[in-house]
Amino acid sequence: MSSVRVLVGTRKGAFVIESDGKRQKWNVNGPFFGGWELYHLKGSPVDPNRIYASQSSSWFGQKIQRSDDGGKTWNPVGDKFAYDGTPGTHQWYDGTPHPWEFKRVWHLEPSVTDPDTVYAGVEDAAFFRSTDGGQSWHELPGLRDQQGAKWMPGAGGMGLHTILIDQNNPNRIFIAISAAGAFRSEDGGNSWKIITKGLHSQYIPDPTAEIGHCVHRICMHKDKPNTLFMQKHWDVLRTDDAGDNWREVSGNLPTDFGFCIDVHAHEPETVYVVPIKSDSEHYPMDGALRVYRSKTGGNDWEPMTKGLPQENCFVNVLRDAMAVDTLDDCGIYFGTTGGQVYCSSDGGDNWSPIVRDLPAVLSVEVQTLP
Amino acid sequence: MIRVVLPFHLRNLAKVTGEVTLEVSGQVSMRSILDALEARYPVLQGTIRDHGSIKRRPLIRFFVCEQDWSYEDPEAPLPEAVASGREPFFVVGAIAGG
Repeated sequence: MSSVRVLVGTRKGAFVIESDGKRQKWNVNGPFFGGWELYHLKGSPVDPNRIYASQSSSWFGQKIQRSDDGGKTWNPVGDKFAYDGTPGTHQWYDGTPHPWEFKRVWHLEPSVTDPDTVYAGVEDAAFFRSTDGGQSWHELPGLRDQQGAKWMPGAGGMGLHTILIDQNNPNRIFIAISAAGAFRSEDGGNSWKIITKGLHSQYIPDPTAEIGHCVHRICMHKDKPNTLFMQKHWDVLRTDDAGDNWREVSGNLPTDFGFCIDVHAHEPETVYVVPIKSDSEHYPMDGALRVYRSKTGGNDWEPMTKGLPQENCFVNVLRDAMAVDTLDDCGIYFGTTGGQVYCSSDGGDNWSPIVRDLPAVLSVEVQTLP
Repeated sequence: MIRVVLPFHLRNLAKVTGEVTLEVSGQVSMRSILDALEARYPVLQGTIRDHGSIKRRPLIRFFVCEQDWSYEDPEAPLPEAVASGREPFFVVGAIAGG
């Protein structure tokens, strides 16, 4: 019988949570790396026992941990993230030039073909690759050629937080950067194209500029790799030409601010978001935690409330904190800044917490195991 | 023998309990102690001093004989009490955060 393994990164450690395919009883393991920030953990699609984790601390810097036994034991690997050459400057908050400085790894994306190859999205935004299981890291600097000198951090930092690899064509990679935008590579990350046409952001001087859009998250269904969905600072959008043109599909959402977005594992036009009240009030509207589902690829959204708190709930759901499994009844998962991780094992109709009182959740990933 | 006291998270990372003792050849300075520490426990590279620049990380402090040596020359000789092992060299994480 299939099973699932949920990888949860929090402000104070990592947790590995397992269940059989029924997804009713959960075994919570952790905290691993207690007291450290775990921005992201993700398993290799080629070897599910190979898991990479980003462990960081304002005091002690960046560590990368690797497990080769499904999260039972961990060992540190390489953590030197040196920008290629002389990286120059990006813009600071006041518009002045500011040197590129490595702060942390936001996202780790294992290759779809090789368990020893893994990509890292870092702050200050850059794209790194390891081909030796995380022992050494090398920047692919072509990304910063895309007007990197104009990039400017948002309040949460200038992190490269989204890495999507087209499973049918692993040389095609999409990435997104807070307050910079979205980018596509057709050659495995060596060269990039800005893909922000159609985005409109009122908070930047030129609302339709190529650079400066605060993209919060992008997602893709593996069977429709030209269709991407985006949760932007404000606005939910989609593209059907791999990012060359975007259009808004916020439709009837009560607010289109939010962080996370994901696609059903078997229905490429079924999309999930968690609307957040505003960019000034990072919690659900009316104190009611609602996942909104669209079965039409956007525009028509319905609230999913069963099993979720509908009063006095003022948590946030961060950009990397939603994931889906690939069981026949697709499971949807998300974690909150209040430390709850919720699961729906029926595509969003009904929800229940798989764990309630973790530290603030930064990321959620799910592995579907044979 | 040099004695080094590490903060909780670095003891965990290095998988040690209590004080660390090190053999340091030549002049005993903050740099020679940290070089020896990182050679013994490579996982600590980048945690006390930045990779590359090997500058002290901003939220790390060094204490010697009840004095804050964080801003002293890393090459400066440390007091005999540390060099002889009577007093430990403290690596301290700033008290901050939640």
